[in-house]
Amino acid sequence: MGPRLRGDDTEWVAINRSYNGMTTIPTSLPTPTRHFGKSSAWDRLRTNRNWLALWFMLPAAAFLILFLAYPLFLGVWMSFTDDRIGRGGGNFVGLENYEWLKDDSIFWLSVFNTLLYTIVASAIKFAVGLYLALLLNRHMPFKALIRAAVLIPFIVPTVLSAIAFWWIYDSQFSIISWSLIKMGLIDHNINFLGDSSWARGSVIFANIWRGVPFVAITLLAGLQTVSPSLYEAATLDGATSWQRFRFITYPLLTPIIAVVMTFSVLFTFTDFQLIWALTRGGPVNATHLMATLSYQRGILSGRLGEGAAIATAMIPFLMAAIAISWFGMQRRKWQQGTDND
Amino acid sequence: MTGFTPDRRSLLKGGAITLAAAATMSADQLLGYAKAWAQASPWKPEPGAKINLLRWKRFVEAEDVAFMKIVDAFQKATGTTITVSNESYDDIQPKASVAANTGQGLDMVWGLYSLPFLFPSKCMDVTDVAEYLGKKNGGWAASGEQYGKYNGKWIGVPVAATGGLVNYRVAAAEKAGHKTFPSDLGGFQDLVKGLNKNGTPAGMALGHASGDANGWVHWALWAHGGKLIDKDNKVTINSPETAKSLEYVKSLYDNFIPGTASWNDSSNNKAFLAGQLHLTTNGISVYVTAKKEAPAIAEDMNHAHLPVGLDGKRRELHLGFPILIFSFTKFPQACKAFTAFMMEPEQFNPWVEAAQGYLSPFLNAYEKNPIWTADPKNTPYRDVATTASTPAGEAQMSENAAAAIADFVVVDMYANYCTGREDVKTAMTSAERAAKRIFRA
Repeated sequence: MGPRLRGDDTEWVAINRSYNGMTTIPTSLPTPTRHFGKSSAWDRLRTNRNWLALWFMLPAAAFLILFLAYPLFLGVWMSFTDDRIGRGGGNFVGLENYEWLKDDSIFWLSVFNTLLYTIVASAIKFAVGLYLALLLNRHMPFKALIRAAVLIPFIVPTVLSAIAFWWIYDSQFSIISWSLIKMGLIDHNINFLGDSSWARGSVIFANIWRGVPFVAITLLAGLQTVSPSLYEAATLDGATSWQRFRFITYPLLTPIIAVVMTFSVLFTFTDFQLIWALTRGGPVNATHLMATLSYQRGILSGRLGEGAAIATAMIPFLMAAIAISWFGMQRRKWQQGTDND
Repeated sequence: MTGFTPDRRSLLKGGAITLAAAATMSADQLLGYAKAWAQASPWKPEPGAKINLLRWKRFVEAEDVAFMKIVDAFQKATGTTITVSNESYDDIQPKASVAANTGQGLDMVWGLYSLPFLFPSKCMDVTDVAEYLGKKNGGWAASGEQYGKYNGKWIGVPVAATGGLVNYRVAAAEKAGHKTFPSDLGGFQDLVKGLNKNGTPAGMALGHASGDANGWVHWALWAHGGKLIDKDNKVTINSPETAKSLEYVKSLYDNFIPGTASWNDSSNNKAFLAGQLHLTTNGISVYVTAKKEAPAIAEDMNHAHLPVGLDGKRRELHLGFPILIFSFTKFPQACKAFTAFMMEPEQFNPWVEAAQGYLSPFLNAYEKNPIWTADPKNTPYRDVATTASTPAGEAQMSENAAAAIADFVVVDMYANYCTGREDVKTAMTSAERAAKRIFRA
């Protein structure tokens, strides 16, 4: 391990400590009986550390399989059947559900909407969240109180905030339209949720409002770990504030950014409540996401197979999002922000 | 003690004793009746029966109070426990579907439209109850049978419907040149245009509003001779008749208040009561609320049926309220007994009165209830069963037709064309494709 540009040494010590901890495990294991030549397969297995580890992992594995893998596979299986509500398992129909989806314009519209929603909302959430985190990281009066206040949108239950937004966006009683009319800036109500482009913008805004605190607070936590001594040294060297951000803050924050954005993208991609409470996918399906369409087809129309097919179609996109950040986090360049690959 | 209905004064005079006595007397009477009914009833509730019943959340408060009174009397007379839970229109169906799929949680659901047809195999055969009620109360309206029967068996009892009729402001309609409400398509179109010109616009939901949007677009489709499926469940939406109805609806939409494409079931109620909307299609709930909260609007408003179609016939899609019993309930007799009890004249009449026109009956005898004529503004809602069709139109109500209405196939077609997303041809082919997907099996 060469010298690293690290914010502080605590993490490094922690790693060392855990490494030492791991090395103590074997010493506490029963010492292998030394009957060379005579040891049976069972003896060898009994003393095999991997074999022991397998047993320790079993409860966790069973838990994961029961509550994560099984429902997932059931969903995927269902997408290959013509199951309906109340039927109790349908017939296997192969790819029929997917074939119908292939030339279903509403499905493709929902894919487009989902991508648009995710990309635009996540990008803005990141920009605003990072800016907010940098602001909150400064010394100011009532620091703790302001930091707590930022979390409010995140604390309010989604459905509640969605209902609040629904009133804000109401076609007749919108507070925004009302204020603008009173100020004489416009002369008729804005059709927030009735016009395709306005509706898309409106739901994206509501999602950003909800999602920014998560990004901001997590990045703030990351900023706190950056040692002030680095900034002091940089200031002495005559670095501008942009250079300090670019060469100290940003590189040290990259691992956290990768994690936060992975979560942010996943949450946004699978968003359901906000859309359902605000528009139910309308107007004319302009805000239907894959998740809401899946619910409408699967639960409301009772076509479980087709709903499951739409839900399954989300998996590749989610895998791609996870893969990007996963491989990104493996790379030292991402971790350290330097050019040594 | 002189009467059973103590007013404030007698309460103050006689104190609590009078009230208690009066209350027990009337409750006793009801209980006595309920006990006698339970004795004579063909359905004997299982001892210790517990029923979980899910119903839609009320739009008229007094209706809910009357319903709970019926539940209470039945509980006392039979020793059955009924747990009633309420859900909004849009949440009833998913909850019922989950119960149907898992086979637990609920015994009865009082839902919307064609709910029993989404999972007919999970609905108990209630032919005996329906026939008992029909015989006793002047028979079922034809639309009631369509809403209840599946392959010759009753899978649900259509308790009532709420009419999706025109609510309009009288003064505004007169100013637009219509002293009497137009009963033909041309006159209606002219009225909507006139209202818009005078700055008193009309508006009907074109969003995913289960009740309001589905109702009037199906009327528009049928009035022009269009239909989603023919008698044999063949998809026939792509037709010149449908094209005509699309043009007609577009001409209405262009004169609507902005924003109707985003409306849900409560949007038009709010806008009407705020005095911004002057014509819409809705149940009678706007009027009931207006009587209490906005008497000036109640005074100036009236109701009417939607215009007749090109063939001179009137076909409307109203919001039916069927009650179903799940086949997996442990207490089938108790559920059946409750269904029958609730629709006996002694219960049903006061209930219909409490609903103030929100519950239009499918049983012919209840059309004579005085609520329909006491206020002439209620009268159009009496005849809801006569003009009602099921979402299947000419075909038998089925699982597929129930799925099509839940997927908003027809609403989306009109919304696609009206908002300019698609032209007539594309809107029709998209709807055709969506319908074929649903009706493929």
